[in-house]
Formats: sequence, C-alpha cells, structure tokens
Amino acid sequence: MKPALVISDRDNVATALEPLAAGAALDLDGRHVVTRAAIPSGHKLAIVDIAAGDPVVKYGSAIGTATAAIAAGDHVHTHNVASSRGRGDLAHASPTGAAARLAEPEPPASPSSGSRA
Amino acid sequence: MSDRPGFMGYPRADGRVGTRNYVLVVPTVICSSVVCERITAVEPDRIVALPHQAGCGQLGPDMRLTHETLAAYCRHPNVGAVLVVALGCEQVVAQMLAEAAEEAGKPSATLAIQEEGGTVKTIVRGREIAARLAGEIASTPRVWCDVQSLVLSLKCGGSDYTSGLAANPALGRVADRLVDLGGSAVLGEIAEIMGAEHLLAARAAQSEIGRKLLRVINRVETQAMALGLDIRGTQPSPGNIRGGLTTIEEKSLGATHKGGERAPLVDLVDYAGLISKPGLTVMDTPGLDVESVTGMVGGGAQVVVFTTGLGTPTGNPIAPVIKITGNARTAERMADNIDLDVSGVLTGGETLDAAADHLFDEVLAVASGRPVKAETLGHREFAIHRANPTI
Repeated sequence: MKPALVISDRDNVATALEPLAAGAALDLDGRHVVTRAAIPSGHKLAIVDIAAGDPVVKYGSAIGTATAAIAAGDHVHTHNVASSRGRGDLAHASPTGAAARLAEPEPPASPSSGSRA
Repeated sequence: MSDRPGFMGYPRADGRVGTRNYVLVVPTVICSSVVCERITAVEPDRIVALPHQAGCGQLGPDMRLTHETLAAYCRHPNVGAVLVVALGCEQVVAQMLAEAAEEAGKPSATLAIQEEGGTVKTIVRGREIAARLAGEIASTPRVWCDVQSLVLSLKCGGSDYTSGLAANPALGRVADRLVDLGGSAVLGEIAEIMGAEHLLAARAAQSEIGRKLLRVINRVETQAMALGLDIRGTQPSPGNIRGGLTTIEEKSLGATHKGGERAPLVDLVDYAGLISKPGLTVMDTPGLDVESVTGMVGGGAQVVVFTTGLGTPTGNPIAPVIKITGNARTAERMADNIDLDVSGVLTGGETLDAAADHLFDEVLAVASGRPVKAETLGHREFAIHRANPTI
C-alpha cells in the first residue's frame, strides 16, 4: 500500500493512507516530499508550496482556498484552508463579496462554463 | 434476453417492478403512528409501518410534500398492498392515499381510530385486515426481470477519506454500467453536490437540465447565506472533519463520484418525485441521510446502495439499503451493519473494477430477495422532509 495518494495530476495535495510521522520522506510517483508535521490517516499534505489565497486542488478541482502560506509537506486542513461555498457569514459581513450573489436572479447561461453562479 | 443481466422481481400493474412485496401500514398523521407500528407486530417480516411526525398542522407546500411522499410509498412497486390508518380529524386524507394504491393496482383498506373506538379496537381490526392483505399477495410470484427496470438510489453517509477513493468510485462504476444497460440511478443531497455541480451539469442530456441543477444548488446555497450562517456549521460534519475532509467542495467531489463518470444527467425531480427516465436523475433532497433515502425511495428506487466510511445503520421501511465501505476498520468494527467491504481497493488487494463487479452482483442478488444487514436488524428509518415549521 502506498503511504499517500495523489488522485489527479492537477492536485497540489496528497491524501495519507496511513498515519505519517513528521519528517517522513515520501516518494509519491516520483515526487519527493518530506512531511513537516504528523499527518493523520485520511488527512492531506501539500505536495508543492501553496501561496495564501491560492486554490487547494484535489480530485483535479478546487476544494477551497489557502488561508495561509502552505509549504510542501505541511498538514492541509481546516486550519489553513477555507471553503468558498455557502458562506452566509461572509455574505452579511461584506457588501461586495458573496452577498452580491443573493441579488443574482439567474444562473449562468451555459451549464458547462463553470461552477459558480 | 437471457444474456442480459436481470433479477427476480415482482412486475406491477403500473409497469414498474418490485424487489420486495410488503403490506404497508400507513399512518395519515403522527397521531396514528404508534397504532400502525403495533399492527405490524403480527407479522413484521411481511407487514411494515411508515411511522412519521407530520400529517397535520401543516400549510401549503409543506402539506403537499407530506401527502405526496405518503402517496408515493402507497404506489411504490416494493409494496403489494396498503392499509391506511387515520385518526379521523387530520389534514392528510386516508381515502386519497388508498386511491393512490388502487390506481397502481394494489389492494387497499382504510381504518380510522376515532371511528373504530380507540387504540385497542383499531389494532385488533388492523391486524385482521393486514393479515388478510398479506394472504392476498403471498402467492405473487417472483419472475425474471431485465435490469433496465431497476432504479438504484446512490447514497453516502458518515463519509471519510476512503469514501471518495474506494466506495464511491466503485458505486459510480455500477451506476454507469446500470445506465449503459438502460436502467436508472438517482442522486440526492443537493448540499453535497455543491462544489462538484460543474461536473454533473456538463453531463446534462439537455442544457436546460444542467441549468436547473445550477438553480437548485444556488437556491440551497442562498438559503444558508440568507440566514447569515456559515454552511461549515454542518458541512462537512464534525465526523467528516476528524476523518480528514476539510471543505464541502472536497466532500462533494468525493460524493459525486458515486454518480459515475459518464451516465447522462437526464432529469431533476422534486423530493419524492417520480424517477421516470433511464439515465441519472438528481433529486432535490436535503443532506440528512434518512430524509434523503426516504425521498429517493419515494421516487421509485427499489434498491439503495449506501457508501460509508465511519459506518451507519440506516435502513428504509420498504427498500433494501446495501452498506458498502472502503474502510477496513469500519468493516470489522461494524460488521453487523456492513454488507460489502471494498477496502482492498486502497490496500492493493482489489481493483476498482473488481469491486464494482462484486457490488453489481450484490445489487442483483439483493433485488432478487437476499436480505441486507439493515433489513435483518430491523432498521426501517423513515423521515419526510419538511418545507416549513409546524403551524
């Protein structure tokens, strides 16, 4: 069994398939990553550096946005990634951000053009 | 025909095919729910109740939702006969539910607690009627039916990282194969499509269906936002987060794998709305497991496949719910709930295609009558989604 799995070529994270100790050297299909923290089984680690504000990508799609700079080997979870969806708290805090979506009457014309209304 | 996959089912007068043949005892209202459960005790393997919390104190769309869901169960192909038990003064009309059963070609009867003269008399009378109905349908034979008459409900719950990597993709392959053969599959839980809707919309058979999906997703997201709440309060759940899932997008991308990779999205239906087209249908259900399964079975699913990482016991009163996990620890620790262990996909012992073959065979065996763990344990959870608070 592999210690961690990268699902898509576009991903910038891998999923640990067993508990990984800090400092573990991993060979993920030829990519070398050293863990910078303990990674519980099922949790994610960065396989490249991810800048704050950049998308975190798994299954080839964005799963959220990095809220802090993430280095290759870091544990990637709720402490450094935020969802971009269903954020009523942000909608009410920011008049120009997600709240603008509340006023939109129609979704995009082409369903295949993107995920966001 | 014989070289096509099939199962031993119960063809019904309305053209649909049952995988079970129950006498269904339906309370019109919460007030008659306990009486219905007591009636089924006479023969719990063949007679099942539909206890619920609603049926009165409801307005407009919320009332319709309750009535339509109960009527959908009365028409369902896994039901051979129906006994409706009313209190006598409620909003849901017993006669209309009995008529729904009759229109689908099923024998039916009604009783009212106020008319019969109380709990004991209604239970005694109800048991007589239910036993008579069970006798009437006992000789209905199982016959070979093509797999295209199968409507498979695709569900996940108690997800962890194994769900998106093993159990959901295995189920997705089964959904694709079933649809290739002319069958139907249904996916619910709109909130758990959020973040993966672009992948499903791109598979829409007509662009209007894709647009409809995006509108429904937008509505659910907007509802959460209109409340000023952060959907992260419930999505992902605390258990999901402990298991390594970080955001709703991540959970959705893993969850949507169970809808396959190529099956065309052919329809989007309301809660418990009829699934009538071959292909993949999305049903507008909430993410809560029991409400979601209740709706998809109401829409006509005769078998449910439920993938889980952490393990969960959920069943349904009239449809078998097959539990499948990619988590070896869960398969071992919750062996009495888990029907199929596909953890070999992650440990390297089994390919995804082999796991999907096992699951496809399991679906046909269960459709032909093999009981699942949830049925053996008596898990018959049922919860109708509510659109409004009780008045």
